[in-house]
Amino acid sequence: MITKQLLEIKSHMQIAEDTFEIVLQSPLAKELKPGQFVHIALTNHMLRRPVSVAGIDAQAETFTIIFKIFGEGTRELSKFQTGDSLDVILPCGSYYPIDQLEIDHAMIVGGGIGVPPLYYLAKTLKENGVKVTNILGFQSKNQIFYEEKFQALGDTYIATNDGSYGTKGFVTDIINELNPAFDYFFSCGPTPMLKAVSSQLEGHKGYISLEERMGCGVGTCYACVVPLKEDPSKSKKICKDGPVFSANEVILA
Amino acid sequence: MNLTTRLPGLTLKNPVMPASGCFGFGKEYSQFYDLSELGAIIVKAATGEARYGNPTPRVAETSSGMLNAIGLQNPGVEKIIDEELPFLRSYDTPVIANVAGSTVEEYIKVTEALNRSEDISALELNISCPNVKEGGVQFGTDPSLAKEVTFKVKEASNYPVYVKMSPNVSNIVEMAKAVADAGADGLSMINTLTGMQMNLKQRKPIIANKTGGLSGPAIKPIAIRMIYEVRQSLDIPIIGMGGIITAEDALEFLLAGADAVAVGTANFQNPLACPDIINDLPRVLKQYGFDSVEDAIGKGHV
Repeated sequence: MITKQLLEIKSHMQIAEDTFEIVLQSPLAKELKPGQFVHIALTNHMLRRPVSVAGIDAQAETFTIIFKIFGEGTRELSKFQTGDSLDVILPCGSYYPIDQLEIDHAMIVGGGIGVPPLYYLAKTLKENGVKVTNILGFQSKNQIFYEEKFQALGDTYIATNDGSYGTKGFVTDIINELNPAFDYFFSCGPTPMLKAVSSQLEGHKGYISLEERMGCGVGTCYACVVPLKEDPSKSKKICKDGPVFSANEVILA
Repeated sequence: MNLTTRLPGLTLKNPVMPASGCFGFGKEYSQFYDLSELGAIIVKAATGEARYGNPTPRVAETSSGMLNAIGLQNPGVEKIIDEELPFLRSYDTPVIANVAGSTVEEYIKVTEALNRSEDISALELNISCPNVKEGGVQFGTDPSLAKEVTFKVKEASNYPVYVKMSPNVSNIVEMAKAVADAGADGLSMINTLTGMQMNLKQRKPIIANKTGGLSGPAIKPIAIRMIYEVRQSLDIPIIGMGGIITAEDALEFLLAGADAVAVGTANFQNPLACPDIINDLPRVLKQYGFDSVEDAIGKGHV
């Protein structure tokens, strides 16, 4: 059941350039599944900001979100402190349907701020006995976060656009190079990356998670729609039907 | 405190309803509260056939508001009647259907289709959507077209017809007179104002459609002024809307001459915006010396 709650910030810290991690307390933490997001109100902004869930601690009833400063809203969010409260709608959106899939080996492909939900996913997969290979892309070295955490879950490869760390280039370059065996791929990141990854991995089974400017975040306003491959005159709502879609389900702009 | 307000075809237990396009068909917000608390519900626009709407991005945040260019995406009037409206039957609140079209014929087709629905109490005639190429705002900015479409829809409809007015006109009273002359039972005012916002990094408008409809507190003074002007010249019921966030905002609209109010963009910021305003309204009415909602209507005229 989706609800609006005022949640206390248990910790708030910077983890990379312009990138912040917030831990929030809520009895609903354990309801949050990998791929879902929360919708956060900010005092000086009309619209909430969707932020994906990067992990939960069911026992402590906390969950973690990671975001990057993109504009004034995320800048305001970055200024909150431990002990402050945030007005949050949760849980929002669809999740990676891993309970319904037979997976031995998953390939995780993340880019930039698309990486956080994949950490929660990779961790859950690993706990379910699935082997994970992580391929992560960042703009440059100072924007990398959670590398060690991903390493603890499985082989982890990093690309940076400027070559300041790992492979110079894109996640697709690493996929080319490694050509890893996998049953399913799971990807989240900027749309151009998702397009490149989906086309590179065409024919493979996988799931992608999309980003879009949202209005309501709960499915009423039709702002964040994406056309369907089988019938482009029809669409799904990213906030409610997504953000997770089967890799061949939607047309990426 | 008596919150009742009466308009043609609508006796509302309180004057607050969600505005069209900001509430879907009610399912999503029914997860947050009992929709029976609402004075009424204005559902998303219906067109003759299904519409996909405009390319994304379709929204942008602005100072004290937002721009949207959804483009009347909806599954078409028949599906709305069969698949969306029945859900609202279980709630004790009147439903107002929003009628949109590209041509007078399409408006009439949607109106006639809605005659077969028993789930609604009134129509809101949308001649003011700024985000569609054909229809919408062109009907709402030309008095003779507005008059024609209102007359024909009124003739075709079994339900009272409220005409949703565009603020993108220089003389709102002239437009209001035109639709009143054509038999409108009431007015909804105002719809969004056409606006634009630039993405500095990309050096182009944020919204794919380039322009969008500006809503939110940024447009509230315009809505108040237009309602005041129309109420000054015409004795026609008005559902007021445009940037209402608080019960104080709602009272401002009542004072300007609105008989009821609709809440739009605020729902996105706070899914509980409507019940919050309803719950706070008695306190605010009392604070400013009113015994009821009806007591406050039009009292801002000096």
